[in-house]
Amino acid sequence: MSEPDPATVDSGVVELINDRRAIDGFEARMLEAVDRAGFSKVSRFAIRLATEEALMNAFKHGHKGLPPTVPVRIEYSITPERVVVVIEDRGPGFTPDAVADPTLDENLETPTGRGLMLMRAYLTRVEHNPAGNSVKMTYLRPETDTQDANA
Amino acid sequence: MASSDSRLSVAKMDSVTRIGFIDRNILDEGNIQAIGEEISSIIDAEPSPKLLISFDNVDHLSSAALGTLITINNKIRNRGGQLRLADIDPQIYEVFVITRLNKIFEIHDTSDEAMKSFS
Repeated sequence: MSEPDPATVDSGVVELINDRRAIDGFEARMLEAVDRAGFSKVSRFAIRLATEEALMNAFKHGHKGLPPTVPVRIEYSITPERVVVVIEDRGPGFTPDAVADPTLDENLETPTGRGLMLMRAYLTRVEHNPAGNSVKMTYLRPETDTQDANA
Repeated sequence: MASSDSRLSVAKMDSVTRIGFIDRNILDEGNIQAIGEEISSIIDAEPSPKLLISFDNVDHLSSAALGTLITINNKIRNRGGQLRLADIDPQIYEVFVITRLNKIFEIHDTSDEAMKSFS
C-alpha cells in the first residue's frame, strides 16, 4: 500500500482500542467509502465480515494479556477495483497454519476458531506477516459486481 | 421474561420459547456473552427445552455469535431439548453453509415452518 492510486476513494491509518463505538465508527466510515466506490451489497457484506473478524482476532487473541489501552493499527485503501485492509496488533503473533480447520466433522461443534476461515472464504487474499501479528486482506471487485446487482 | 436491558425478545408459544434479537448486528462481544447467558437461563428453566431462534432483521453475525449458538445447541441437546433456527437472511445463511454449521443446526425458512417442526 505504498504507492498512492489516483483512483483512491478513501485511505488512511487508524488506531483503535477494543471499544464498540470506536469500531462501529471506523467501520461506518470505511463502508461508506466502499459504497461510494460502487461495490455491491454482497461485496460490502464480505468486507465488513472479514474486517470485523480480523479486528476481533487482533483484540481477543493478539492482545491477550495486554492492557486494554494498547491499540490495534489499521491501514486501509479503497478504490473502485479493490479494498485493502491491513490490521496489525502489538501481540507476539501466531502461526496461521496451526489453526485447526473448523469445517472438519470433528471440529464442527467447537464454539471457536472460525474467524480466520471466514476471512479466507470471503476475501480474495489473506496474507500474514512472518511474525503473525499483521494481516493484509485484499478484496478485488468481482467482474459481475455492480451496485445494480444489489439484491 | 427478558430483562429491561436484554438484547432479546422472548415469547412463549405453547411449549416453545421463541427468541428474537433486538439488534440488527450481533457483533459486540459483551452483548453476545449476555445473549448466551440469557438463553442459557431460559434453557435451565425448562425440563425439556424447545427453542426457536428467529434471525428476522439480523444483518450481521460474527463468528463469536456462531460460537454462542453452538454452545446453546450443545446445551439443549444435553437436556434432551430441541432447537430450531429460522428467518435467516440469505447472506447470513451462506455463512452457515461456508462453516458447515447448517449440518448441525435445524434451519427453517420461516418461524411458522420451524414451529410446525417441533415434536
